[in-house]
Amino acid sequence: MNFLVCLKQVPDTETQIKVAPDGMSIVTDNIKWVMNPYDEYAVEEALRLKEKFGGDVTIIGVGPKRLTESIRTALAMGADKGILVDDPSVTGSDSLGTARVLAAVIKDLDYDIILCGKQGVDDDYGLVGSGLAELLDIPQISIVLKLEVSEDGSSVKAHREVEGGTLVIEASLPALITAQKGLNEPRYASLPGIMKAKKKPFDVKTLADLDLDASEVGESGAKIKIMQITPPKEREAGKIVEGETPQEKAANLARLLHEEAKLI
Amino acid sequence: MAQGIWIVAEHREGELRKISFELVSEGKRLADKMGQPVTAILLGSNIKEKASMLGKYGADKVIVADDNRLATYTTDAYVSVIAQLAQAHEPAIILLGASVQGKDLSGRLAARLGVGMAQDCVAVSLDNSNLVAERPIYAGKAYATVTFKDSSPQIATARPNVFELNEPDESRSVEITDAEFSLDDSQIKTKVVEFIQEARGKVDLTEAERIVSGGRGMKGPENYNVLEELADLIGATVGASRSAVDAGWRPHSDQVGQTGKVVSPNLYIACGISGAIQHLAGMSTSKYIVAINKDPDAPIFQKADYGVVGDLFDIVPALTEEIKKIL
Ligand SMILES: Cc1cc2nc3c(=O)[nH]c(=O)nc-3n(C[C@H](O)[C@H](O)[C@H](O)COP(=O)(O)OP(=O)(O)OC[C@H]3O[C@@H](n4cnc5c(N)ncnc54)[C@H](O)[C@@H]3O)c2cc1C
Ligand SMILES: Nc1ncnc2c1ncn2[C@@H]1O[C@H](COP(=O)(O)O)[C@@H](O)[C@H]1O
Repeated sequence: MNFLVCLKQVPDTETQIKVAPDGMSIVTDNIKWVMNPYDEYAVEEALRLKEKFGGDVTIIGVGPKRLTESIRTALAMGADKGILVDDPSVTGSDSLGTARVLAAVIKDLDYDIILCGKQGVDDDYGLVGSGLAELLDIPQISIVLKLEVSEDGSSVKAHREVEGGTLVIEASLPALITAQKGLNEPRYASLPGIMKAKKKPFDVKTLADLDLDASEVGESGAKIKIMQITPPKEREAGKIVEGETPQEKAANLARLLHEEAKLI
Repeated sequence: MAQGIWIVAEHREGELRKISFELVSEGKRLADKMGQPVTAILLGSNIKEKASMLGKYGADKVIVADDNRLATYTTDAYVSVIAQLAQAHEPAIILLGASVQGKDLSGRLAARLGVGMAQDCVAVSLDNSNLVAERPIYAGKAYATVTFKDSSPQIATARPNVFELNEPDESRSVEITDAEFSLDDSQIKTKVVEFIQEARGKVDLTEAERIVSGGRGMKGPENYNVLEELADLIGATVGASRSAVDAGWRPHSDQVGQTGKVVSPNLYIACGISGAIQHLAGMSTSKYIVAINKDPDAPIFQKADYGVVGDLFDIVPALTEEIKKIL
């Protein structure tokens, strides 16, 4: 079986986000870029499936050169091949534009399962996966906590997190899955893994290598336009509830919640 | 010309979910500004009797797609039907819930129609009948205002618990029509085989009005009963920090934060949680934040409306007793 993982890079979750002076973007100096946390679960799941069913794991990323590092990390974890689409004309793509680029790469590949993250923890869109599944005309199961592939490798059964419970969903393959935290515990890249990764196949493609019209991607193809980025409303530190004993503090807090906040 | 506002209603086990009424309420406010009607789209099986409820919250029309293959949500069937209806009726704007179902549906619907889509919005407005949406990015560490380009319909999902509900008007009547659509079994490639329910009656964190959350300061899974008691008393859902989840004390679905759930309750009580940036990202839009922590320098106090410095194992049970006296 063959597995594809779509992977993006995001600012480390520790990052304090600052709005750039143009008010349309964020300050990117000193940002530490990391593999999107949900994509780590996607990579790990693909590796586990490969260990069970055999085949190849290919990592695909659309983005600038720095994305190479995260793709290499996935190779060091055990993936077999990397593909990076690095082309200035794809910058500024919206989710559907990114999905188009991924679909153009994938349509020539042989695959059974495509794994994406639930969402990028940057723009928090969570749209590339479903867009890609639509363009490839395959079923999607999003926000997956548990994945079982049938013995004969023809179908999957996935546990999908929903409000108040879990849905168990079956789909025939090929299918696209988006990974939620809890799906697995991602492994770390080992030192021998890192050494081996350097020799693994790594393709860098541009738009010219893909059968894709430049007007469908990048800013020209985007249907969503950012007008403004603003910082969140600052929350002011409020009151420290007074009291000599825990009982007094608790009584004062209860009173504030009741009389001042009128919540109780 | 594309006209009118659509909202896609959501239901589970025969009951409309609250997000449906939030969508109708907001849809009505937008529609009034445009001088156009708001239409609710209701897909299901034997669901028609629920349509009038949507009218009470402000829907002018309800289009009902009734088919036993729509009884439970599947991406393929729902996207197919809604895309057909949208192509036939050409609404200007479609609003869906940023619920698990709404997010799954909207992404694929937008891709099928080839239009733009703004996910998880916390405010929507109009600029010359174009939708302007405000949405948190980086889990709320910043906000983006987005508009649409060459996109009709314009699709957005609304975060649950954020948009104000209209007062239901019992006397309001609504025009109910049957949808015309075709559905081919071969299009439906996924099958729901089971729904495993969590403890009955528990409100999901993303929809909860009140949350009592516990972190590493809880010291172990057995101590969460202290929080459960308070939560039961005030009708709250229990949440957790990632540390508590990763320690195996609480299930993943309880995690609040940048890689967990982003929540907006009226009241968020953080117990034994330090206030790491990833946790704050997930709960800073709560109306009131209460922090109970024994470390007076814990960063959570910088965000809390009410901070209590002390041992949670003393404070929380005492708080439960004090609230009992008030209720
Ligand atoms: C990629 C990534 C993503 C992350 N995503 C999230 C996320 O989504 N959500 C999240 O929560 N974290 C997330 N984290 C983890 C985050 O950085 C913190 O490690 C975590 O939030 C800390 O949890 P905590 O506050 O429970 O524990 P700690 O930071 O250890 O704080 C425990 C607090 O309990 C207090 N305490 C101890 N005993 C008592 C007592 N008896 N009474 C009162 N107070 C007491 C202490 O004073 C302390 O302030 C993420 C981290 C990474 C790297
Ligand atoms: N530029 C990209 N290159 C490769 N995969 C991507 C890219 N953007 C998004 N994805 C995939 O789609 C998922 C959801 O991202 P998003 O829709 O941006 O929130 C990510 O977790 C990745 O798996």
